[in-house]
Amino acid sequence: MTALVGPTLEEAFEEDRRRAPAPRRGSARRGWLLPIWGWVVILWLSSPIIVMIVFGLNDGRGRVVSTKWNGLTLKWYAQLFDNADLTTALENSITIALLTTIIAVVLGTLMGVALGKFRFRGSGSVTLLLFANIAAPEVVLGAALLSLFLSANIPRGYGTILIAHVMFSLAYVVVTVRARMAGLDPAMEEAARDLGAGPFVTFFRVTLPIIMPGVLAGGLLAFALSIDDYIITSFNNGSTLTFPLYVYGASQRNGGGVPPQVNVMGTIIFAFGVLVALGGAVASRRKT
Amino acid sequence: MTGELPPELSPDLIRGLTQPRVSRRSALKFGGLSALGLALSACSIAGTKGKGGNLGGRAWRDEIDKFWSEQKKKGHFDFENWPLYMDQGAKASDHPSLNLFTKQTGITVTYREDISDNSGYYGKIAPQLSAGQSIGADIIVITNGFELENLFERDWLIPLDQSRMTNFYKYSSELVRDPSYDRGNVYTMAWQSGITGIGYNPKLIGHEITGWKDLLDPKLSGKIGMFNNSEDLAAAAMCALGIDPERSTPSDWTKAADWLKKQRPLVRKYYDQSYADALAKGDLWATMAWSGDIFLKQADNPDLKFVIPEEGGVIWTDNMCIPVHAQHPLDAMIYMDYVYQPKIAEMLAAYINYITPVPAVQPLFAKEAKDATSKADKDTYATLASSPLIFPKPADFARLHRYRVLPSKERKAWNALFEPIYQS
Amino acid sequence: MSALRIRRRLAPYALVLPGWLWLVIFFVVPTVSMLSVSTMTGNDLDGFKQTFHFSTYSDAWTQYHVQILRSLRYGLAATVICLVIAYPVAYWIAFRGGRYKSSLLFLLLLPFFVSFVIRTQSWQFMLSDHGMVIGLLRDLHLAGDHTQILQTSTAVVGGLVYNFLPFTVLPIYVALERVDPALLEAGSDLYANKATAFRKVVLPLSLPGVFAAVLLTFVPVASDYVNAQILGGSQTTMIGTVIQTEYFTNLNYPLAASLSFILMGVLLIGIFLYARLLGTDDVLEMAAR
Repeated sequence: MTALVGPTLEEAFEEDRRRAPAPRRGSARRGWLLPIWGWVVILWLSSPIIVMIVFGLNDGRGRVVSTKWNGLTLKWYAQLFDNADLTTALENSITIALLTTIIAVVLGTLMGVALGKFRFRGSGSVTLLLFANIAAPEVVLGAALLSLFLSANIPRGYGTILIAHVMFSLAYVVVTVRARMAGLDPAMEEAARDLGAGPFVTFFRVTLPIIMPGVLAGGLLAFALSIDDYIITSFNNGSTLTFPLYVYGASQRNGGGVPPQVNVMGTIIFAFGVLVALGGAVASRRKT
Repeated sequence: MTGELPPELSPDLIRGLTQPRVSRRSALKFGGLSALGLALSACSIAGTKGKGGNLGGRAWRDEIDKFWSEQKKKGHFDFENWPLYMDQGAKASDHPSLNLFTKQTGITVTYREDISDNSGYYGKIAPQLSAGQSIGADIIVITNGFELENLFERDWLIPLDQSRMTNFYKYSSELVRDPSYDRGNVYTMAWQSGITGIGYNPKLIGHEITGWKDLLDPKLSGKIGMFNNSEDLAAAAMCALGIDPERSTPSDWTKAADWLKKQRPLVRKYYDQSYADALAKGDLWATMAWSGDIFLKQADNPDLKFVIPEEGGVIWTDNMCIPVHAQHPLDAMIYMDYVYQPKIAEMLAAYINYITPVPAVQPLFAKEAKDATSKADKDTYATLASSPLIFPKPADFARLHRYRVLPSKERKAWNALFEPIYQS
Repeated sequence: MSALRIRRRLAPYALVLPGWLWLVIFFVVPTVSMLSVSTMTGNDLDGFKQTFHFSTYSDAWTQYHVQILRSLRYGLAATVICLVIAYPVAYWIAFRGGRYKSSLLFLLLLPFFVSFVIRTQSWQFMLSDHGMVIGLLRDLHLAGDHTQILQTSTAVVGGLVYNFLPFTVLPIYVALERVDPALLEAGSDLYANKATAFRKVVLPLSLPGVFAAVLLTFVPVASDYVNAQILGGSQTTMIGTVIQTEYFTNLNYPLAASLSFILMGVLLIGIFLYARLLGTDDVLEMAAR
């Protein structure tokens, strides 16, 4: 999961620009062991993705991915939405992720700004709350929420999934925004106030644009966490299916094996994610 | 040296140790939490007993008749079933038998393949039924077992209209008429039945498998698959020991659990349903299996075989039933009896490859084989007509047993014995 | 106080309120509610009543301590392996990456854009008895007929390491990245060779990152169970699967709730012991970085 991608990538790109490369010292022949290790690890991490892309192109007769190679075909791309249940699950995943991102970004940015800007009584306990939320195991978060819904007799479904997703992604947005707030020069806001701007105007015209990279990174994080979540969702979904739930269910039931469209969808989501990240990198290089 | 404290116990230390560490804020927090806790401790989780629907409590014959006399045909109903359990036309979503039903009765059908396992599906519908809501289906298909028993106990099924079951009583086989798990067919009519036996690949093993005892062979260590539900596991072990699962006693269960514990080190995994894939891939050499699944995989991998163990196998039945708060019960009732006509049952049996509840289908298959024009069709129908997996012989029936019927209150001992087998 | 002053004082509270409320209602209250459920008795048919029945906890431990300890073992093994793999990679990117640091990091994290269920499924395919990996090993005569990788604890730990490696790499990378190269220069000015420089300068400076990495890896790894369900066999069940079964199949809510608390408690104890060991009490700051 891309839990720490946002802030770290952003920092990495900025550091690259700011810092000049360190002068080389020592012998001219650099160690070759480290790079080999690094590349082997990168290759190992990518291997299942390659398998997934390849099997998205594997021909097959049935409703499940064939374990043998049957020849190259693009037909699954054409028949992408043939499986109604899978399509509904994907739709659910995407809409829930979008809604989660919006709600978590709004609530989280407010919290992050407050924690980053002000020093107030209770900020310590709020931070502790956030930390407990991030550190708590997913099983416990999901099970606890389910206990609440059972006790209060709330039926589980789309709404409860949404509630759960906002609950666990909020803290990540707050942390990201707060980190960004640390670099905010208070002089900017003071200048705005001196020019007669009220607090709302100051926020929307001065603060928000400066912390926007942090807000966007937090939003990206919330989206990624939500769309890939399995454990917490599986406790609170009732009969509504999301993409990870569908794929997992399909693999364990009906004799095993997932519909070929799953690999195609995975490939498309992968390509989309790559484009977004590249776009973000290019955009942040252009800015400032 | 009276009156003097030992050096470790300086007055400062004592003061520090005895001073209250609780600050005002944390006291408030703690107080708040405990108040919350006390408030929540007053909560409880409501039970599901007897939260019946239209017909709460023990429905009497009069009430049932009255209920059914008030029902009107609505022209539509919703059918939830397992995958690959309906005949298929040119496209996977095309079902000739359903189209024929609509043509002949004018009732349209929404067909969904939402059910993939009993406990998962039951877990899905239980909260809605418990809250008095409709689950949006008029016919659901549940295997005889703990979940079906749960539905009976909680009055979550509508008793059937016996006056509309003429085809059923005329054509149904002895297996599904008045079964042990639903005496008098009060709530259910069988959809299809199946056998739990052993699927295996003789090429990888080197010899044939004949019974459960072969699954204790150390040479197959790490290549054996078993199911991960207690009913199938317990029934298999009891068959292996020569005990009839239906009449088993708690001491029989202990013996069965011991058999399974002995087998445990050899078992690769306790599968949900993905054993067929593992068998086809070669990860498994022999596994507990459902007859229809192996039939299906044989198309891809002709090496696979299915056998009813000689000590005895398990026979189960998937049943159509009507959940409470169904919106179109009468239309559902009409359909349920409709499929017992031999011609319709034949259409279904040709695709489903499990045990049809209508024995009259067998001579129909034989006739099709005789009348068939192409060799392929002749072969298909001949195979179907003679397959012991679709029309078990009386000798086979003698070797097949049903699951133990167990009310939920008596399951504690059962679960305690069998769950550790597949849940460790 | 002037109206402006009051507004200023209240501003942070107003900003924090909505998010805080969401977390309190859907995180704190459920946790307390689960505590309450864990001491209830009853069954699904008749309902559950609060009876302050604390022995559910000891029952849970007696019944499932094997799975709990196994989860901890797998968690520890996976975390250690993750550390061993991740540290050199983080070092490589931080110190030898130069201009390509961000691209390398990006390449490393790229696979995690795809749903982890799909990735683990692919592993299940690759590691099957007649699949790519064992096929290759067999060709190299390193494997026999009975060799299997799937349904062993190796597969489960391998899956855990694979899925949680970024959680380990990133904090270590962040810490290493902040090491001022001037310090290394100073070290070599004082006649330290590369190994000593690493030992005495880089390693201690990277420890906060290592601590955060262990924290962020161990907790999710020990409580994950999906890897065990997909790649594991009959002897590899982890405690998360048990909790799920108790909730959904056995409908034994008190037992499930007490198991969740036992898991959380054990993890918290582990974390605090580890914090004491490292001498770092400021757990918060490390994780928040």
